[in-house]
Amino acid sequence: MKLKLRIWRQKDANSKGKLVDYDVDVNSHMSFLEMLDELNEQLVEKGEEPVAFDHDCREGICGTCNLYINGRPHGPVRTTTCQLHMRHFNEGETIVIEPFRAKSFPIVKDLIIDRSSFDRIVQAGGYISVNTGSARDANETLIPKPIADEAFNSAACIACGACVAACKNASAMLFVGAQISKFALLPQGKAERKTRAEKMVAQMDAEGFGACSNIGACSAECPKEISMANIARMNREYFGAKLTSTNL
Amino acid sequence: MSWVAQTLNSTLGRKLVVALTGLFLCTFLIVHASGNTLLFRGDGGQAFNEYTKFMTHNPFIKTVSYLLYTSILVHVVYTAILTFYNQKARPVEYAYSKPSANSTWASRNMGFLGTILLIFIVIHMKTFWYEMHFGNVPIVSYEGQEYKDLYAVVKWAFSQWWYAVFYVISMVALSFHLVHGFRSGFQTLGANHPKYNPLLSKLSWAFGIIIPAVFASMPVVVFLQSL
Amino acid sequence: MKLDSKIPEGPLAEKWNKHKFSVKLVNPANKRKYDIIVVGTGLAGASAAASLAELGYNVEAFTYHDSPRRAHSIAAQGGINAAKNYQNDGDSIYRLFYDTIKGGDYRAREGNVFRLAEVSVNIIDQCVAQGVPFAREYGGLLSNRSFGGAQVSRTFYARGQTGQQLLLGAYSSLSRQVATGKVKMYTRTEVMDIVLVDGQARGVVTRNLITGKIESHAAHAVLLCTGGYGNVFYLSTNALNCNASATWRAHKKGALFANPCFTQIHPTCIPVSGEYQSKLTLMSESLRNDGRVWVPKKGGDTRRAEDIPEAERDYFLERRYPAFGNLVPRDVASRNAKYVCDEGRGVGDTKLAVYLDFADAIRRDGLNVISAKYGNLFEMYEKITGEDPYKTAMRIYPAVHYTMGGLWVDYNLMTTIPGLYALGEANFSDHGANRLGASALMQGLADGYFVIPYTIGDYLAVMPWDKVSTDRPEFREAEASVHGMVNRLLTIKGEKSPNQIHKELGKIIWDYCGMSRNAEGLKDARQRVRSLQDEFWNNLKMVGTGDELNHTLEKASRVADYLELGELMIVDALNRDESCGGHFREEFQTEDGEALRDDANYAYVAAWAYKGAGKDSELHKEDLVFENVKLTQRSYK
Repeated sequence: MKLKLRIWRQKDANSKGKLVDYDVDVNSHMSFLEMLDELNEQLVEKGEEPVAFDHDCREGICGTCNLYINGRPHGPVRTTTCQLHMRHFNEGETIVIEPFRAKSFPIVKDLIIDRSSFDRIVQAGGYISVNTGSARDANETLIPKPIADEAFNSAACIACGACVAACKNASAMLFVGAQISKFALLPQGKAERKTRAEKMVAQMDAEGFGACSNIGACSAECPKEISMANIARMNREYFGAKLTSTNL
Repeated sequence: MSWVAQTLNSTLGRKLVVALTGLFLCTFLIVHASGNTLLFRGDGGQAFNEYTKFMTHNPFIKTVSYLLYTSILVHVVYTAILTFYNQKARPVEYAYSKPSANSTWASRNMGFLGTILLIFIVIHMKTFWYEMHFGNVPIVSYEGQEYKDLYAVVKWAFSQWWYAVFYVISMVALSFHLVHGFRSGFQTLGANHPKYNPLLSKLSWAFGIIIPAVFASMPVVVFLQSL
Repeated sequence: MKLDSKIPEGPLAEKWNKHKFSVKLVNPANKRKYDIIVVGTGLAGASAAASLAELGYNVEAFTYHDSPRRAHSIAAQGGINAAKNYQNDGDSIYRLFYDTIKGGDYRAREGNVFRLAEVSVNIIDQCVAQGVPFAREYGGLLSNRSFGGAQVSRTFYARGQTGQQLLLGAYSSLSRQVATGKVKMYTRTEVMDIVLVDGQARGVVTRNLITGKIESHAAHAVLLCTGGYGNVFYLSTNALNCNASATWRAHKKGALFANPCFTQIHPTCIPVSGEYQSKLTLMSESLRNDGRVWVPKKGGDTRRAEDIPEAERDYFLERRYPAFGNLVPRDVASRNAKYVCDEGRGVGDTKLAVYLDFADAIRRDGLNVISAKYGNLFEMYEKITGEDPYKTAMRIYPAVHYTMGGLWVDYNLMTTIPGLYALGEANFSDHGANRLGASALMQGLADGYFVIPYTIGDYLAVMPWDKVSTDRPEFREAEASVHGMVNRLLTIKGEKSPNQIHKELGKIIWDYCGMSRNAEGLKDARQRVRSLQDEFWNNLKMVGTGDELNHTLEKASRVADYLELGELMIVDALNRDESCGGHFREEFQTEDGEALRDDANYAYVAAWAYKGAGKDSELHKEDLVFENVKLTQRSYK
């Protein structure tokens, strides 16, 4: 199938970028990234700089790939970019490919962005303080299956950033909500829940993400189907913590 | 910063303020809409005028009304602050974006809808509230008691077609604003539970349609009667 | 060189306890005087970095990813083994040890494997305490499932995303230490070389992948937790950026490389669909618990799977291995799939696939049960192939998945370079010639959480505290050599992209050093790899510069190492005149086509020493001593 690609090219963080047009002829069984591989091979052959994009596992779990395709994070299907296949596009179609855009996700080069803000939010409190070796027997804590399942649903987040990319406010609340929820739900996570909520929200704000206006685009585009209930839970955790914690 | 200021300056705290003031304004809408249905009593405005006198003189209602004005102001100021920071969170816009694929128009345009409502409130207050308090409203008496005849002001205002149309458009904006805002307020307060979510959604739709419809019926009926 | 595995004397079950007592300790106040470099932040790296920092050591951790959470451990689906015996089905530490030794076809060390089985139970405790949401029963207890190569249910899992959840657990512990300042995290930074001072590993040279800046980092010890070398095959289930450069460059600096020919082919992958294919996707082995593997009895059958009547299907694993059926170990399952395809009975467009059918399981347990167990895997399959596995049988084919070989390490996980350690898939020690399912996660975390924190003290306790300066000539020389290599790559003005050469290499290794090998093919393959090496250094097409983000350069630098490592794999496969586990030499098989070991001559670890460019590597043998298990012909019949 013949396609026209309009791809964001930007030399580095400080340069100005622009959309550049490319024509490609690809197989419809290809994955989207394989289509870009093909384009890059052609560019290298011509001695031109290939398009830089992030990717790694190519099986939808590492969360590295992140492209804004035809106006939506990860493209027209609710999945990661690497799991998107060309059969979802039509012959002759124009595909616009941009990086995820947010102040807190500065562009590194072409389609590559810096999502270290997510790491810093986790560092602020996204953990249970347990040193190696000090754990008790795994079956001593009973966790009802529905609770474990719900915690898993929150923990399924791959930190790709599609939630931020989709949100008109570039808000990271679905991500942060999921991180707070996965621990808040479990008995092991209860000890630190107040401080965790306070610190992670504070870090999220410090990174410059926008505020949620409950539009729901984040959840609708999330490849791991993280639900808005996580944001509601974060709100409860945070307000509860602010009212009752001893952190002044 | 004290913990209170810290909380209110966080994104979540600001959202909380918007949600609380928004939901408070929703309760006001219920009172306001039900009170105003007295316009339809067909008693030449007596019940309506008695009601307006009560509303402007009862000390408890007066106190609540100041809370109401504050709520409107705070709601506006806090959403403006949030919007300002939200826009800063994405300094470079997408060249091509297709948000309709993942969200409703109303939810994305609360600021625009809110601005219409703010303009509406200013004009609405000028026409009725200002006139009632400081203007020359004719006096009527029922059973020896004197009342300001706000009913007449209403009749006069809504008999002008452009004024009635402006009201109806504003109520459409209110409807969109409420359908998203009502549910959104609860979500911000942390209400999200698989058992109650369907109920909340339905309630949100019902509230967002019934209240504006009741309000919109007033200019429409009065205008039609004036013909 | 005499290889000393340093396995403690004494009864198997007491070795590790005894060793923990006999290793020297670094007192808590002195730990903060030691710096440790951890390369890689997967399960082994993240768990090691976090645990060492908790102990008080200063850790510098490096990953080429944008975040430590993206390491390829994240993609492990099925689960993690532990000898908890929660199911009361006869499991024990000894049984896990025995299954692992047997599954590895008696080419692993007893001492290491027993220790692995021993600490497996602590791993589950640790992970649960970190908040890993393992699958649970309704009563709130942990749930288990069974896996290939075992007859007990000892695998703990978190839906089909166990690796992700375990990695996030380790990542959260790591993040906590980054916040305390005990770990300094370097992302998008690739380790280009290991620096030795007075024969000891004292640092690394790195390249910042965004700016291209080449820098040195010094420490008292270096841990390589960089995973395996499956990407030598070009097509594998590894992530695209997984590479062997850190281990290979350590090898070139003197670390012996052990058993490189032991590579694992995973039986349940989604088949290749075309030339453009960039990677293969694994479907968890757990699918074999309920799915039945079959091909049509007659070759060239073009009917759809569901149209082929029961009588005309050959459930070849159940037929040949009645006791284990579809749950035979990976190498056996893979090889049998290859055989039926070689007989012309393969299915799908390419005829290089067999069916994995859930129709019976869905009929037996209902759609809901199957979807709860495998829903996300089915979804993934549908996304990639466009076919619905609830309605039609899946097509699967083997693919390279794991490399049992790796840097040679002793019982302390130290390589032959003092102060240089290798953890997880990067070392060779625990899986012998074949790894059992759900054991990779176990090993990575065992090494990082429960082995290295003890064993590194033994080395550091006698090290002086003094830090070495990165201004020393050893660092300057290493930096210069990295600069030299980058410049050399960038100045080749040839025609072929690094990717093209990588693809050619992968095809050679897959065809001749893959699921089955023979001497003639291996000799031929070695020549081809040699000429491909020549072509690489003379006909490479490069773009861009060294001082910017340049994926082509990164790729070329990795492919240069694959070309050399690929050759060593062939050399090792050629040396090992026997079949065992993942290494199947066609000349050495039993009458019914099973791997035929030669315990008299090959019960050793083949550890290779690098002798210089173009020179033959030198073989060192570590004899494997089996005091507890009796070596038998593996049988899963």
